[in-house]
Amino acid sequence: MNDTPLDPAVMAEFRETMGDDFAAELVDTFLSEAPTLLDDLRAALETDDVDRFRRAAHSIKSNANVFGAPMLAEQARSLELGGMDGPNDALTSHVQALDDEFARVAAALRTLLNG
Amino acid sequence: MADQKARLLIVDDNKVNRLLLARSVEMLGYQATLAENGKVAMGLLRDHTFDLMLLDIEMPEMDGFEVLEAIKLEPALRDLPVLVTSSVEGIENIVRCIGLGADDYLSKPVNKVLLQARLSSSLEKKRLRDEQKSLLKRFATSEVVQDLQEQGFALGGRRVHASVLFCDIRGFTSLSESQPPEETIELLNMYYTLMFEAIEAHGGIVSLMIGDGLMVLFGAPQPLADPARSAVMAAQDMLAIMREFNLDRVVIGKPEIKIGIGIATGEVVAGYAGTQQRATYTCIGDKVNLAARLEAHTKTAQRAVLIDDATNLALIGAIQTQSIGDVLLKGFAEPVPVYSVSADPHSLD
Repeated sequence: MNDTPLDPAVMAEFRETMGDDFAAELVDTFLSEAPTLLDDLRAALETDDVDRFRRAAHSIKSNANVFGAPMLAEQARSLELGGMDGPNDALTSHVQALDDEFARVAAALRTLLNG
Repeated sequence: MADQKARLLIVDDNKVNRLLLARSVEMLGYQATLAENGKVAMGLLRDHTFDLMLLDIEMPEMDGFEVLEAIKLEPALRDLPVLVTSSVEGIENIVRCIGLGADDYLSKPVNKVLLQARLSSSLEKKRLRDEQKSLLKRFATSEVVQDLQEQGFALGGRRVHASVLFCDIRGFTSLSESQPPEETIELLNMYYTLMFEAIEAHGGIVSLMIGDGLMVLFGAPQPLADPARSAVMAAQDMLAIMREFNLDRVVIGKPEIKIGIGIATGEVVAGYAGTQQRATYTCIGDKVNLAARLEAHTKTAQRAVLIDDATNLALIGAIQTQSIGDVLLKGFAEPVPVYSVSADPHSLD
């Protein structure tokens, strides 16, 4: 695994163009919204809801790109494009890996904004 | 940029994307309204006016493709510029958006410089389109504008059931010779304004204006439930308005203006006639000649409104008429039955 969950250049440019206050506000929004999206993925697996699964993965991918989290984006992307094909326990472990990566991104974003 | 802040509708189910886009366009000087899915967006679009929509594709309830399809079906929304902003992958999805009428596709995260360029170009195009539309409205009636927008422009006609109304000012030539031309133009403009009001209130469209003469269609290009009745009711309103107008004229010592109206009903061929460069919405057929001849005959018959057999039939039970017998009109081989309609709808009994 990559040791740097964030591409610092992306956030630097983001703060530069959008302003520090807005950057902090948007990061907060992401940190409070993303857990809901991860819950959506798990719930979709349980209820066999292909559309919900794809949409949640798509949303995480899209946001990961905004904040420059390439690993998170890539993992979300493969879930979005792969859909719910494949054995259920494999999917569950992919979602867990995504959750773990989100935790790393969240921590890095917090450090970046508070540091 | 526009003098007034352009109003943008941002549609995205993801809160981060929504806030980010809103902030981006606000920084560029635009005004943003937010919707979290296609369904909410459609509601906002129907109730408010927007200059442009930024539309996400992947959304619950109603996705971006469905929104693009839905706005195509609503004439009021069809021309709204749409920029799709999405991170949906695959060229086929981009092609599908453009095919469904989107102006452009911007992949997320949206580059701000690109966004600014796309926004100003789309808004400028919309401004020019709006300008053309308002210009079009000045030279054509709203029914013709609607027909042009729905059917597009094509020379050629189609058969429709319609009523044709001719109207002109009695003794206009001698009137215009007795007063300065400025006064005649002023009189004509006032006359047109008043007549158009009565005509439009009953769904008629003016297809020709020649001097003091008007040719009006009822039932084309947009169909009317009862074109004959609409035409006769318009004629009665036109006469009532002229009575009011004459009261004012008498007060200032001017001669009264009298009008004559002829109406015929039946199948006509209506459509755009002219060339690709210059054309007008009009109709042709023997009903057009008949209406013109009836109007000319009002002077001889000393009646304000004369109608043909078909118009009279359509009025039975609704508006009272009076037969003035069969009349041999110029251009017609046989005498035709002609009826008179009272100028005042309240004095018919």
